[in-house]
Amino acid sequence: MPPLDSSVPAFDVKADFWSLRFVDETSEAYCVRRNVAQPLSLATDRGVMASVYADGGYGYAATADTSHAGLRAALDRAADWARASAKLAIADSRTLPRPAPHGSYASPSLAAALPDARAWFELLHGLSKDAGCDPRIVDWEASVDVVHSTQRLVTSEGGDVVQRFRMVIPSVGVTAHADGVTQQRSLNGQRGICQQGGAEILERFGYAGSGRRVAEEALELLAAPNCPSGTMDVLLMPDQMILQIHESVGHPLELDRILGDERNFAGTSFVTPSMFGNYRYGSELLNITFDPTRPEELASYGFDDDGTRAERAYLIRNGILERPLGSAISQVRAGLPGVANSRADNWNRPPIDRMANLNLEPGKSDMNELVASIDDGVLMETNSSWSIDDSRNKFQFGCERGRVIRKGKLGHVVKNPNYRGISASFWRSLALVGNEDTLRVLGSPYCGKGEPSQVIRVGHASPACVFRGVEVFGGEA
Amino acid sequence: MEAFFGEVAGAVDAALASGERHASSFSAEETDFVRMNRGKVRQPGHVEQRYLRIRLIRGARHASHTLSLSGDLAHDRPAIGDAVKGLRAALTHVEDDPYLLLPSVVASSRAVRGGGLPAAGAMVERLLDAATGHDLVGILATGPVYRGFCNSEGQRNWHAGTTFNLQWSLYHRADKAVKSSWAGFEWSDAELTARMAGAIENLALIARPVKTLTPGAYRAFLTPAAMQEVAGLLCWGGFSGRALATEQSPLGRMKGDARLDQRVGIAEDIEDGVAPAFQGEGFVRPARVPLIEGGRLVGAMVSPRTAREFALAENGANGSESPEALAMEPGALAQRDAIAALDTGLAIGNLWYLNYSDRPACRMTGMTRFATFWVEHGKVVAPVDVMRFDDTIYRMLGSHLEALTAERELILDSDTYGGRSLASVSLPGALLSAMQFTL
Repeated sequence: MPPLDSSVPAFDVKADFWSLRFVDETSEAYCVRRNVAQPLSLATDRGVMASVYADGGYGYAATADTSHAGLRAALDRAADWARASAKLAIADSRTLPRPAPHGSYASPSLAAALPDARAWFELLHGLSKDAGCDPRIVDWEASVDVVHSTQRLVTSEGGDVVQRFRMVIPSVGVTAHADGVTQQRSLNGQRGICQQGGAEILERFGYAGSGRRVAEEALELLAAPNCPSGTMDVLLMPDQMILQIHESVGHPLELDRILGDERNFAGTSFVTPSMFGNYRYGSELLNITFDPTRPEELASYGFDDDGTRAERAYLIRNGILERPLGSAISQVRAGLPGVANSRADNWNRPPIDRMANLNLEPGKSDMNELVASIDDGVLMETNSSWSIDDSRNKFQFGCERGRVIRKGKLGHVVKNPNYRGISASFWRSLALVGNEDTLRVLGSPYCGKGEPSQVIRVGHASPACVFRGVEVFGGEA
Repeated sequence: MEAFFGEVAGAVDAALASGERHASSFSAEETDFVRMNRGKVRQPGHVEQRYLRIRLIRGARHASHTLSLSGDLAHDRPAIGDAVKGLRAALTHVEDDPYLLLPSVVASSRAVRGGGLPAAGAMVERLLDAATGHDLVGILATGPVYRGFCNSEGQRNWHAGTTFNLQWSLYHRADKAVKSSWAGFEWSDAELTARMAGAIENLALIARPVKTLTPGAYRAFLTPAAMQEVAGLLCWGGFSGRALATEQSPLGRMKGDARLDQRVGIAEDIEDGVAPAFQGEGFVRPARVPLIEGGRLVGAMVSPRTAREFALAENGANGSESPEALAMEPGALAQRDAIAALDTGLAIGNLWYLNYSDRPACRMTGMTRFATFWVEHGKVVAPVDVMRFDDTIYRMLGSHLEALTAERELILDSDTYGGRSLASVSLPGALLSAMQFTL
């Protein structure tokens, strides 16, 4: 990448528009498993994506050669693709926006120091020792991933944006086994804790003391009965709600899915363009926002990868569908409003419509009120299994841990809690939404989509929520 | 690229200090990706990438650094030197690794296959031309993919393959579509024409009035493409030596009394796949690793690290311990007789989004997708609305397995996360006397 304070060389490209998107990312992965430090793993990934609009076509070329000659060659190759495919292009690139953004973004506490490698391993050894506290704990690990990413977008219209991110992803997971029963428990799921910032993230989630707690809950699950079966209410905690939001609100609202781009792979959507502005997606308590402005959330940013300034927007307000997750290009193609969500997972993949931070806005009920509202149901926490159809309608999700709720009181722990439903009706059964005290800011580094495929980071903030009349069941008898 | 890899290996060697060793893997590709939708081009482009993972070893301490390379040694040599220096400093912070296992012999190898494919633009034009009048959506990925390994003991392994992988769907409406895939080392216009004609023929079946099923148990025939999803889920920890040793494998009950049907045989069969004959730490992969024979679990994918940790014999598995060339033994049912043998039930062309609903019980859930039909008395009657299944492998490939087809299909993995996959599966179709559908 050119130094952040230097100008990118001028390129004489015979094209309507061009851009260069530089990515410079370093990462460190620390892990202690079964009280043994795993090999330290570092990574440095630098490269650039050249994009060109020419003669109505569009093309891209990605290279790790960021020399002047390398950039020139990438722009030429992208221009060749643009011209070669112009007559077959799905959208006339002459109708697309030609962004000229200016600005910058930085993660919170970016300059604050983080522990060094020795200190990370000491912390993880402590967690591992706590987690491996019982012979029935047969596998356990504690890990932290630290990622620094600097991204710069330069456009032929004079645009120049620099964004600097730091992400910290701590994790604890254990497997307990006894008498033929195996149960797994983690701290908010497989890397569900993933935020921008520094060491304050660990404190926010009580990371340093979590090893024994996670292990004790796994042991508790070993002795627990299976989750009951039947139609009942569920109280979903934030580390399950994020998955529910992601799969059955986020993906179906992606405009490129609605436009059909993903039909060969990730799938289509039950949502159609005519639904925006009038379709009742959920009960009146359902408010979903695209919010890239929450500083600690994993996918906050100032501009998306096409240079559109990122702003908070309601996608669903009081249960009514307002706008899709559609980037500037998709907005032109569909004639619909959208958000700044054109995102690529690296320099070697083109941007597509993506979730970023997709949040369910908190309501008014405290945790006691949520539990008290349920006569017969199950509290479920921490996603462990996820599956949904290619239109994002028929889903089945499983959780690590459940607790029976009878007559407004929390009861015994149950294992293998699962539930299934249909997106189009499930959100209408949303009966209570937890208040700010029940909200957690979580996310996932692993959202897969696209051809060629990409794994992108997404943030989700959600309170605990109650749904009525859900089909609930447990594990194999 | 092979010459570049040789120079990279030399650069790593040259960066070492006394008492240091390295074991380094290389992954690169030069790929044209063309994404299509509505019979038009959505995103065409080219990706050129080179990644080197250097593992620096001093005594029993080691750490690794994966870095992107530009392809210009004048730039990459200093970057490699800096990475080695950084690792050298990092080794002062890490402990001796009790599970470090390195190859005991130097086993160099070279395999180069493919080449001479048409230009990507020409492939796309022929595809879209063949699909004229139809709503086609899909992806072409074409070009060379490279894997390499080098170490300070002088071992050099090189694997290069120039392939194309074409995945496309023809849509009738909404979620009603026929998916096709074609991949390999050699392009043939005639083959494309034949495959497209087959897809268009199936599209006519998709256009029939839809049948909506109620939840329950149905006879089912799973095509090899549907079986690929089942096998893919089993590969997620099922055969991992580490997962089996720590009670996390979904096939863990097969260490005890649980069995599949005695006709089920599964192996990692590198010899018949397209994956390299070496793994990322320089160990040579055996041509074949039996995993299930006669319905019994007989082996596991064991990485060097797992071998040292659990006193097992390594067998060339990568760190993920997931098969990369899984092959399932064929059966006796002729593919052409499968629909007649199904009689009345579901002919499932594709499955989608599988996951475990009870991992220790190997109970899995997932959706039907694309060309899935209701069959009555051996005749295709109607496409069906998507259905969710939830069933255990011990029923699907055990008590409810009626037959496996005599023909197997070699399916090259179309996965492009981070880079193009070199994995494959070779699978028969499966006829089940019952499969449980829940939604």
